[in-house]
Amino acid sequence: MLKNRHNVLIFAGKLAGIYIVLSKHISNQELMTLIEMHNVFKTYQKDIHALSNINIMIKKGEFVFLVGPSGAGKTTFTKLILKEENPDCGKIYIDGEDITNLSSRKIPYLRRNIGVVFQDFRLLPNKNVYENIAFAMNVIGATSKEIRRRVPMLLAMVGLSAQAGNLPHELSGGEKQRVSIARAIVNNPSLLIADEPTGNLDPATAWGIMRVLRQVNRRGTTILMLTHAKDIVDVMQKRVIALERGKIVRDELQGAYGYED
Amino acid sequence: MKIRSFKYILRQGLVGIWRNRTMGLASIASVSATLIVLGLIIILVLNINNMAELVQVQFETIQVFLEDELPLKSISEIGDRIENIDGVKSTMYESKEVALRNMKDRWGDQAHLLEYLESNPLPNSYIIYLDSIEQAHEVVYELEEIHGISDIRYYKEIIDNLIRIASFITNIGLILIGTLIIISIFIIVNTIKITLNARKQEITIMKDIGATNWFIRWPLIIEGTILGFIGALIAVAIVHYGYQHFYNMILTRFTVMFSAYMITVPEMFGRILVMFAIIGSGVGALGSILSLRRYLRV
Repeated sequence: MLKNRHNVLIFAGKLAGIYIVLSKHISNQELMTLIEMHNVFKTYQKDIHALSNINIMIKKGEFVFLVGPSGAGKTTFTKLILKEENPDCGKIYIDGEDITNLSSRKIPYLRRNIGVVFQDFRLLPNKNVYENIAFAMNVIGATSKEIRRRVPMLLAMVGLSAQAGNLPHELSGGEKQRVSIARAIVNNPSLLIADEPTGNLDPATAWGIMRVLRQVNRRGTTILMLTHAKDIVDVMQKRVIALERGKIVRDELQGAYGYED
Repeated sequence: MKIRSFKYILRQGLVGIWRNRTMGLASIASVSATLIVLGLIIILVLNINNMAELVQVQFETIQVFLEDELPLKSISEIGDRIENIDGVKSTMYESKEVALRNMKDRWGDQAHLLEYLESNPLPNSYIIYLDSIEQAHEVVYELEEIHGISDIRYYKEIIDNLIRIASFITNIGLILIGTLIIISIFIIVNTIKITLNARKQEITIMKDIGATNWFIRWPLIIEGTILGFIGALIAVAIVHYGYQHFYNMILTRFTVMFSAYMITVPEMFGRILVMFAIIGSGVGALGSILSLRRYLRV
């Protein structure tokens, strides 16, 4: 009898333990998800499906390559995340928040949590390196004290402390891209979208950029990189999502580029 | 809005003016040009209205001239009868002596000509003030019944015509002013659009980073307002100088009598300064807002 009761207690204890572990797991799963798409469709013109039936989940801290031929829907994919476009149907969650019905007034605040880096750098030509980065902090209303503290830190991180006073046209392509990465992450976004960040760079410089991105990723920022660079994807051994004609055709955790470019 | 954002935005507005100074000059010039034309119309309209008002007060009376050699008793009897007519507010007797003295005053420099008169040719008269000019016809009808009156003068037709012409010119002026304001907004919108095209990239980047629409709009609105305001000040200066010149010309070439009906130079300056400052800044701000619409849609 006594032994029985003892067993029951142990059993109950085990159940409770399992429950705690499970619930932690579930809530962790929820907390850990950064981008989630459910049955997302996007059509620009009739019968041209930019994206069709996209279901995807990207966890916080992941490093994801988005690959696929031109016109496969990669850019549309990022535009939906940035809410530059709206899906025809389906749900998109960023950091647990449903952005499909986000009011246009809240869009700027969504974008402050997402840094973007482009192939063509998009630096302001009449501002120097320091000002280009500080500009992103001005936009969100940072104090000049915060700006003075944070910008040099980022310049050091991307290795451009010496070039702070230079104008963009005085920089090499790789340096410009470093500035644009520094600008994209200066406000500590959860996600960094890099749209062909190495597209205009020679291989050696491209690897320099990849090292910076990996460093950003190690500090906890999720990275979504759109690329055509086969060698980079193959060497990095990260998650690869492949889009073709608007559909996800491949999603591998340690994937390869998979196309012969 | 946070204070530091405001300071940043204000600085950006000023920097923007300096950086796009060529287009800025074009905007200022277009605002000035429209406001100068506007100024001419306003000067015309204000002066005509002013003149109409002043003239109206002078002509809102009926003057009856009495037959000569009437005894004083009948003169005062006629006065009483006139006072009793409906619509007459008050009367004022003007003896022939007073009339002559007034005439001498009016003639000023030429008054010496009147010295050579042997006798006073002017009649005694009553000046009748009416409750309203509308009643002039009825009052005149009653006056005609009174004996001892040689002549009745009143100016209803003149006043009616004057009011009609003044309001016609005012209406045309208002239509022209409205059209000009719309044209100047259109010009400003296009000027700013050209500067915006050069800054399209900057705006896209700001939107990517997460700038709110107002954060992007404010510096441009400040820029537009300042440009419009500068344009207005230039126009005020030119119109003011021009009006001064015109006023002095009227004063020297014609008589004091004519310029007395014109709005004085300082008064005109005060009116157009306020009006132009408001229109100029308003047109600049509105132009910025309108031209930005397309760029903020992303």
